[in-house]
Amino acid sequence: MAVQNVKIRLRNITKSFYAKGKNTPVLGDISLDVYENEFLVLLGPGQCGKTVILNIIAGLEEQSSGTIEFSGGRPKMGELGVVFQKYALFPWKTVMGNVEMGPQLKHVKKEVRREKAQSYIDLVGLTGFERALPKQLSGGMKQRVGIARAYSSESDIMLMDEPFGALDAQTRYSMEEEILKIWEKKKRTVIFVTNNLEEAIYLGDRIILLGDTPTVVRKEYVPDIPRPRNYTDPAFLALRNEIAENTDLVL
Amino acid sequence: MKKPVNKLKSPEQRKFERERRKNVLLSLSGLVLFFVLWEVLVDTGVISSRALCSPSELVGTLLTKLVSKNPDGATLIVNMLASLKLAVLGFLIAVAVGIPLGLFMGYFKAFDKFMTPIFEILRPIPPIAWIPIVILTLGIGLGAKIFIIFISAFCGCVINSYLGIKLTNRTYINVAKTFGASDWQIFTKVCLPSAVNMIFAGVRTALNSSWGTLVAAEMLAATSGLGYMIQMGRRLIRPDIIVLGMFTIGSIGALMGLVLGRIEKRIAPWRDR
Repeated sequence: MAVQNVKIRLRNITKSFYAKGKNTPVLGDISLDVYENEFLVLLGPGQCGKTVILNIIAGLEEQSSGTIEFSGGRPKMGELGVVFQKYALFPWKTVMGNVEMGPQLKHVKKEVRREKAQSYIDLVGLTGFERALPKQLSGGMKQRVGIARAYSSESDIMLMDEPFGALDAQTRYSMEEEILKIWEKKKRTVIFVTNNLEEAIYLGDRIILLGDTPTVVRKEYVPDIPRPRNYTDPAFLALRNEIAENTDLVL
Repeated sequence: MKKPVNKLKSPEQRKFERERRKNVLLSLSGLVLFFVLWEVLVDTGVISSRALCSPSELVGTLLTKLVSKNPDGATLIVNMLASLKLAVLGFLIAVAVGIPLGLFMGYFKAFDKFMTPIFEILRPIPPIAWIPIVILTLGIGLGAKIFIIFISAFCGCVINSYLGIKLTNRTYINVAKTFGASDWQIFTKVCLPSAVNMIFAGVRTALNSSWGTLVAAEMLAATSGLGYMIQMGRRLIRPDIIVLGMFTIGSIGALMGLVLGRIEKRIAPWRDR
């Protein structure tokens, strides 16, 4: 394997939440490296703190202890692309409005941001839907807008928080395929959070299996399966079974 | 040459139109039944005509009052305009003060903590309970009347705007934060549009309250207005004048609600209805 540059380094990250006079530890001791342009999957059961890790990387939450380093320095807010669970599109904005919102908040000139936004709308295959409101779109289309919106931040780091969790199985499969195509076209460092084992194997260059309470890294897997991966491939199934033995995921 | 009209309608369209016709018919028949029952009750003497006029008498009074100043000294239009001026001014001031106050209380925690105790004490006081103190401080002029209406409309604006901000989806705020939005940008670009529904609910409540308090406000030495007209009707034992005043208030209130609904649809087309 070629030497890879570390893009993000997490060391001994812990996180506790204080509420109603009680301190609840969520993250035990998380240490991991994220390499440049890799598709990293954080896999773990629901409520295990996967989103918290993502929020800490995104700067939306602060860790209780531990360090986080980015090659080239910590990106400022607005310099990371984040795809949220359940689309999180602004219902009062059109597809174009949602995608161009990031640059708009940074006061980028209208023509420039429109052109950029259009290129990302085209990238996710939503050409012609620029003026549609989110309520007029299907679940899959909404999440495409979410992806285009994250890409519009022009960041080289993309954080994806269970982006396909709200989709039906059929749409989910096609979106998994789609996200890989987009990633191949425009390489970014992706951290993808999921509780779906098959999805993790289908997408990931590496899979970090999380578990226990408070959450720790249980094991790391590197699927040695060429893309496009097939759910029924024996190697796919073997890895699935191997991970399944080590996880609390409901399969 | 005229284009041929496509008269073929899909079954869904026909079903939709049938449903719509049925609903209109149901609403109309409800109204008709109400007026017929009312007419019968008064005509047969079940309800004394000294206590309540019949709908047919009401129509007669309406037509007369359009041109006649009797018995209260002003035509219906003059009374309507006087009341509208009062209610709209009180309502607009309440909206202009209440909405920003509610929005800021909802967004800025320190301001919320500072304002809430004062607001919570003032909120439960009914608008009519303000009248004596308003007479002592503002007298019985236009300002006093507007103040009573303002008080009645104000709380609805504050509470709903406040809740609108508080109920903003946390994820929307996080999305904006990841875009690098400033606190002010989050307030104006995320919380404010997200709160539009609640703000409008508050404006509607405020409109109903201000219109509903009109009669009480016009008790303060008015010489015209629908509330004044109702008071005069009571003094002169003219139930037709009282009911005409009530109906006019109801109709204008409903009309204003309708206009507000249209404005809301224009401003917030993303809402699911």
